[in-house]
Amino acid sequence: MKKVTPPDTEDRVYFFDKPENVRLILRVFYFLCVVLFILDFFVHRHIYVYFESVPTFYALYGFVACVVLVLIAKLMRKVLMRNEDYFAETSHSPSPNPDNKESEH
Amino acid sequence: MWLAELPPFIPFYAAALLLPLLPVKARWLVLFVPVISGLNLYLNNESFHAIQVTFMEFELELMRIDRLSLMFGYLFHIAAFLALLFCLHVKDLLQQVSGLVYAGSALGACFAGDLITLFLFWEMLALTSVWLIWARRTPQASSAGLRYLIYQVLSGVLLLAGTALHYQQTQSLAFDYVGLDGLASWLLFLAFGIKCAFPFLHTWLTDAYPEATPTGTVFLSAFTTKMAVFALARCFPGTELLVYIGAAMTCFPIFYAVIENDLRRVLAYSLINQLGFMVCGIGIGTALALNGAVAHAFNDVIFKGLLFMTMGAVLHRVGHVNGSDLGGLYKTMPKTTWFCIVGAASISAFPLFSGFVSKSMVMAAMIEAGHEYLWLMLLFASAGVFHHAGIKIPFFAFFAHDSGLRPKEAPVNMLAAMFIASVLCIVIGSYPAILYSLLPWEHDYQPYDITHTLTQLQLLFFSALAFVWLNKQGLYPPELRSVNLDVDWLYRKAMPALSARIAVKLSRLNAQSAELFSSWYAKLPDNRSSSSYSITQLTKRMTAVLVLLLFLGFLARVL
Repeated sequence: MKKVTPPDTEDRVYFFDKPENVRLILRVFYFLCVVLFILDFFVHRHIYVYFESVPTFYALYGFVACVVLVLIAKLMRKVLMRNEDYFAETSHSPSPNPDNKESEH
Repeated sequence: MWLAELPPFIPFYAAALLLPLLPVKARWLVLFVPVISGLNLYLNNESFHAIQVTFMEFELELMRIDRLSLMFGYLFHIAAFLALLFCLHVKDLLQQVSGLVYAGSALGACFAGDLITLFLFWEMLALTSVWLIWARRTPQASSAGLRYLIYQVLSGVLLLAGTALHYQQTQSLAFDYVGLDGLASWLLFLAFGIKCAFPFLHTWLTDAYPEATPTGTVFLSAFTTKMAVFALARCFPGTELLVYIGAAMTCFPIFYAVIENDLRRVLAYSLINQLGFMVCGIGIGTALALNGAVAHAFNDVIFKGLLFMTMGAVLHRVGHVNGSDLGGLYKTMPKTTWFCIVGAASISAFPLFSGFVSKSMVMAAMIEAGHEYLWLMLLFASAGVFHHAGIKIPFFAFFAHDSGLRPKEAPVNMLAAMFIASVLCIVIGSYPAILYSLLPWEHDYQPYDITHTLTQLQLLFFSALAFVWLNKQGLYPPELRSVNLDVDWLYRKAMPALSARIAVKLSRLNAQSAELFSSWYAKLPDNRSSSSYSITQLTKRMTAVLVLLLFLGFLARVL
C-alpha cells in the first residue's frame, strides 16, 4: 500500500528541510505572540467575567492550560498505557497488516 | 409536482436500490441525489406539507418541517454529498449503498414528527452504519463493529421503551419537548445520551470510528451523533443536567487525545469534545445557546468531516494513521496538508474559520447563564482542542520528523471533497450571516468584535506557544505505539476475564460433583448377581411406590 514515488524526487530539498526556514517561521510566531501580549494593555477589552480583568488573562490561561493538560496526560500514560495488541491478546487471531486498500471488485 | 414533495429519505433509499444496477462507470451519478434533493428542500420547503401515514392504530408523521429540522436537513444533504464524493473512487458497493441508506435514515429521523417514526429511523441509522465499519474487513473491525451495534441497538431499545411508557402516560407520541421528569423521559434521555456519547457511554465511538474504512468514518462522523444532538435539542432543551454533562464531555476526551497514537482515534476523542459544546448549549436552553449548539453542529459536521477526510486520505495512501510512524507527508501530499490545516484552524475556532462563529455563541451563552466556572472549563477545552486537533493532527501527520514515506497525493475525488469542505469552512467563518440566517431562533449575535477576536487569538497563540515550549524542553509526550485504557476496558478485558474465571470455577465444581456422584454410586450394593432376589426386591419396591402414589393422590383429592 505504500505508493512510493520514483527515487528521482528523493533528492529534492523541501521547505522545512532547511533549518533557516523553520527558524524564520518560529521567529514570526514569537513576534506575533509578543504583539498579542502587548496589545492586551492597549486595547480596551470588554470584561464579562471577573477573571477576565486579570491583565493578559487569555494568554496566560491558554499557556498554563496547555502545559497542565500535557503534564496530566503524561501522568495518565503511566496508568492507562498498554501494548498496542493489548486487546488483541485474548481475542481471535490478530492480523498484523490490515488491508486498507479499498477492494477493487 | 408530487415528486418534489416526497420526504427526502425516499430518494436516498431509492438510489441505494438502483445503484447496484448501474454500470461502474456511471456510479458518479449518485452525486446528483443529495444535490437535487437538497436543492429541492431549499427551494420548495414551503410547499412540503406534513405527510401522515397510519401504522396500526397510530398516526405517523413523516415530514415535520420547521426551522430546526430544515437546518439539519440541509446539513445532512451537504454531509451526504461530501461523503459520497469522497468515496467515489471506492469500487466497494457495500460502502456506497450503506452510506446512502445511512444518510437517508438520518434525513428520515430529523424530519420525524413522532417518536415511532424516530425510532424506526433511529434503528435504521444503527443497522446501516455498522456496514461501514465491517467493510474494512479486518478482525478488529468486525469485533469493533459488533460492539458498536450492541450499543446502538441498546439505544434503540431504550428509545422504544421510553416511547411506549411516554405514550402510556401522556397519550402523546409527539417528538417534541419532553423534559426530564419521570422514568419515560429518563429512558429517552439515555437513548439519546448513548448516541450522543455521554461520558461512560462514549466508548462505542472511540472504539469503532477509527476501525471503519477510510471513507466510512467520514459518513459516520456526520450523522449519528448529530442526530442525537438534534433529538436532545427537540426533547430536552434547558435541562440543567446537560450543562454539566456537556462540560465534562468537553474536558475529559482532550487528555486522551493528547496521548493517543492513532490519529483517527484522536479525532474521535475530539468529536466528543465538540459534542460537549453542543450539549452545553442545549442544556443552557436560551435562544442564543440553542442557536450556538445548532450552528456548532452544522460547522462540526463540515470541519470534523474535513479532518476525517484528510486522515482518510493518509490512511488510503499509507495504510495506517499512527502518529508514531508518520511525518513529513507535506512533501508529497501538499494539498491534503493545506486542507488539513484549514480543518484544524476551523475546529480550533480561529477567527475567519467556521468554528469561531459558532463556538463563541455557546461560550457567550454560558457567561450569560452565570456558569462562570463551567465557562472556565470550556475555555480550557478550547485551548486543549487547539492543542490536540489543531496542532497535533497536522504536525504529526504532515510535518514532525521525516518518516521517509513518500505517498502519492490523494485521488482527485478525495481532493475535490476536501476542497469543497475547506471552502465551506472559510466562507461560513468569514460570512457568518449565511449560517446565522438559517438558525431556528431569533438572535442578534455578533461574533466579530475587537474583544472577542483579540482574546481568542491570545488564547490560541499562547496554547501554540506552550506546544512549542514543551517540545523544545523535551517534555512533550512522544507518540508511542500503544493503546490507552478507557471505559471499554470493563467489557473488553475485565468482564471477559471475570467470566472466564467463573467458567473455570464452574467447570471445576462440575468435575468435583461428578466425582462425588460416581464415588457414591460405587458404594451402592451390586444387585445384578442374584436375579431372584432382585425380582422380589423390585416387586416390593414397586408396591411401596404405588402405595405412596395412591396415598398422595388421595391427599390431593381431600385437600
